Amino acid sequence: MQPNDATQAQDTLDGYNFAYLDEQTKRMIRRATLKAVAIPGYQVPFAGREMPLPYGWGTGGIQVTAAVIGPDDTLKVIDQGADDTTNAVSIRRFFARTAGVATTERTTQASLIQTRHRIPEAPLTEDQILVYQVPIPEPLRWMEARESETRKMHALEEYGVMHVKLYEDIAHLGRIATSYDYPVRVNGRYVMAPSPIPKFDNPKMDMMPALQLFGAGREKRIYAVPPYTRVESLDFEDHPFEVQAWDEACALCGATDSYLDEVVIDDAGGRMFVCSDTDHCTQRTASREAAE
Amino acid sequence: MTAAAAMDLSAETPLLRVRDLTRLYGDRVGCEGVSFDLWPGEVLGIVGESGSGKTTLLNTLSARLEPSAGTVEYDTRDAGLTDIYQLSEPRRRLLTRTDWGIVHQNPRDGLRMGVSAGANIGERLMAVGARHYGNIRADALDWMGRVEIRDERVDDLPRTFSGGMQQRLQIARNLVTGPRLVFMDEPTGGLDVSVQARLLDLLRSLVTGMRLSVILVTHDLAVARLLAHRLMVMKDGRVVEQGLTDQVLDDPHHPYTQLLVSSVLQV
Amino acid sequence: MYVAVKGGERAIDNAHRLLAEERRGDRAVPALSLTQIKEQMTLAVDRVMTEGSLYDRDLAALAIKQARGDLVEAIFLLRAYRTTLPRLAVSEPVDTARMTIRRRVSATFKDLPGGQVLGPTFDYTHRLMDFKLAAEADDDAEPCERGEPRQDETVPRVADLLGEEGLIEPEVPRDGDTAEPGDITREPLEFPADRSTRLQSLARGDEGYLLGLAYSTQRGYGRNHPFAGEIRMGDVAVEIVPEELGFAVEIGDITVTECQMINQFKGSKAAPPQFTRGYGLTFGQGERKAMAMALVDRSLRAEELGEDLTAPAQDAEFVLSHCDNVEASGFVQHLKLPHYVDFQGELVTVRALRREHERKEATDAAE
Repeated sequence: MQPNDATQAQDTLDGYNFAYLDEQTKRMIRRATLKAVAIPGYQVPFAGREMPLPYGWGTGGIQVTAAVIGPDDTLKVIDQGADDTTNAVSIRRFFARTAGVATTERTTQASLIQTRHRIPEAPLTEDQILVYQVPIPEPLRWMEARESETRKMHALEEYGVMHVKLYEDIAHLGRIATSYDYPVRVNGRYVMAPSPIPKFDNPKMDMMPALQLFGAGREKRIYAVPPYTRVESLDFEDHPFEVQAWDEACALCGATDSYLDEVVIDDAGGRMFVCSDTDHCTQRTASREAAE
Repeated sequence: MTAAAAMDLSAETPLLRVRDLTRLYGDRVGCEGVSFDLWPGEVLGIVGESGSGKTTLLNTLSARLEPSAGTVEYDTRDAGLTDIYQLSEPRRRLLTRTDWGIVHQNPRDGLRMGVSAGANIGERLMAVGARHYGNIRADALDWMGRVEIRDERVDDLPRTFSGGMQQRLQIARNLVTGPRLVFMDEPTGGLDVSVQARLLDLLRSLVTGMRLSVILVTHDLAVARLLAHRLMVMKDGRVVEQGLTDQVLDDPHHPYTQLLVSSVLQV
Repeated sequence: MYVAVKGGERAIDNAHRLLAEERRGDRAVPALSLTQIKEQMTLAVDRVMTEGSLYDRDLAALAIKQARGDLVEAIFLLRAYRTTLPRLAVSEPVDTARMTIRRRVSATFKDLPGGQVLGPTFDYTHRLMDFKLAAEADDDAEPCERGEPRQDETVPRVADLLGEEGLIEPEVPRDGDTAEPGDITREPLEFPADRSTRLQSLARGDEGYLLGLAYSTQRGYGRNHPFAGEIRMGDVAVEIVPEELGFAVEIGDITVTECQMINQFKGSKAAPPQFTRGYGLTFGQGERKAMAMALVDRSLRAEELGEDLTAPAQDAEFVLSHCDNVEASGFVQHLKLPHYVDFQGELVTVRALRREHERKEATDAAE
């Protein structure tokens, strides 16, 4: 049995409700979330509130987390796959102070994971919820700027333009050039923006045992992928979806199957590649050392 | 072209049945009391001066402008004659992007200017589920050829095309899904004469070859003479005369038609 | 060996300490008091209250101090605080005809009932630096004789005067307006948005953004021939109707600035020629904002009035989706957050494309 590394919160903030938001607001967000779960991939408008963190820095994810978190939850927050990036630290600290919940950096120990731009490498389970921070929830936005029109296109399943975009990539570049926020179709119905995760992570969304919730604060939308739901990345039969691959392995843990960050290590342009998921890397390094 | 050449006289129901169609703008009449049948393979020309209600009528027929009164019934593949304004919006939109085509006077209104010629032609195919890039591209190239645009322009943006090429591209984009009914609004307007002639030739052979039904709005009687089997003459929102093209143009009955015919050079 | 370049708890703590230090500035200089800000930076306080959409001079002053004078940041602080407050009651509409007027000007009538009241305004000052203010003891501003404020006297609004003659459109709900005004703090903004919702968004909207849009309408991008019918500033009573009482009780006064623009309208098939309205309202004294808001409000009515939609200021979805500076500031600045993962994806793609390109060139050259 692994030791529990979760940190119990101290110094909670006085004068604010549990997890900052008042209970009425949480209820409103939960209603929107339930609707989102009932209609996988559909963007549910909700009356997003101002949060004490700026728009674009995760207010949607924070509101969703605040609405679903309970005192017994253990929270993990990552940004770019890492627990120690500043914005992840800031959000984790926000919930430690306003909700007093335990926090962890271990994917397997978290009951609730809020993320920006990555899905953890370790497979998630039915007991976990993954909350994504979403900047632009509308996958059709770049082909059609108007909300009034895109909502109609979703309602009528008019998704031809999504493939027009992919067609143009192949015609001009010989391949699909979208590398992150790669559009998916959920449960054979709604086309959805997976948030700016690398397309490397897209296959993890498909039939994931954990509940996936998406919060867009500035755009005031919540959407969801329920557990064990089909998530297909859009492609052509003769140009199938494919994910990034590296010739290198992680310089720290030797992983060859994880998403790698490129780090410039000297003025001569020297590079090394390391796991973007810091917990994944740490666990692998630890078990390798234990084996030695 | 003789009227019977391309028309399917054996058909039992018309493709489009229009009854007492009226569209008002406040007190002003856009078009009023228009009734006609359009048969498979038939080209119907709507002629008149600007302001006569041609465009209002065309928009009302093509599901883009709700009528104030009257019906537009279309022979749908699954349910026969159905009032298009009674269809749910999804079904109506599906109909307009598969079974119908709309060729605008200004190609910019009908093309997606930000994507290549190939994507413009392929869009309708992708919208109805085509998912094989190679096949979509092959279809696009095939259609480029049929509207006489060179293959190597397939990846170019429409704005690098001449006006005549843009119009031909718009036609290809509409015809790629094999529609049964095409609405055309002054398709040769804004083009110079030699370009017009080439486009008319092309249109005529496509319409005949594909046995298309067409509703063609034009103020140009020469265009009407070349393409239409039958003509409706409009004035002040009403149809003042209709009949076979040659009859209407060679032996006009209504004074307005006589004026219209005499005011242009012999065609 | 590779050292993690990612930030951490300590970095954040240190940054916050530095920020506090910089905010305080030179400790030899006395700290700014909230009273000073409230009394001497009044227009900054007004703007923060308006766009922060919370009428509280003390909190606005605190926000300005905490934000080191960055008003957009102060607005953000106030908004974030506002969202935690319970809603105890909803006030009755304020009646600006019963305003205790401190300033009131009309550009459409030379004289009118209630008169023109210039009040405290920068208008007609010469913008010359007043070096007397730079002296240490600056407070030689002469106390000013004030006229008796006219209490409990109704000063009719210019638009109402025109309304009696039927020269201006009546202020009645239009097609698409809901019976109850919308509430953008409780419902997400959706399009098409009715006028009450648009006005709420504009009232919280960024002053600079609305100013630029309003200016664009004057320069021909959606021209709508405005006249400043009336601008008035002063105090109005706020009333609520407690359920257990069933009648209105006054709970206090607030200062507001109201602008009614009067715009030419040639008439349409359905409507006779008459003047139309644009409306602006701010907390405190916020004339520039109120006027800009009124111009933009009128622009956004183009569709309802059957005018051609040609300019950005007439496009409700464009104007309203981008007018909130808390949203805009956050999203523009979120580009500071790390994007390593996305950028890595782009690197991989660009490298692959370049390899393909080189290979093609090599094959072409070989042929």
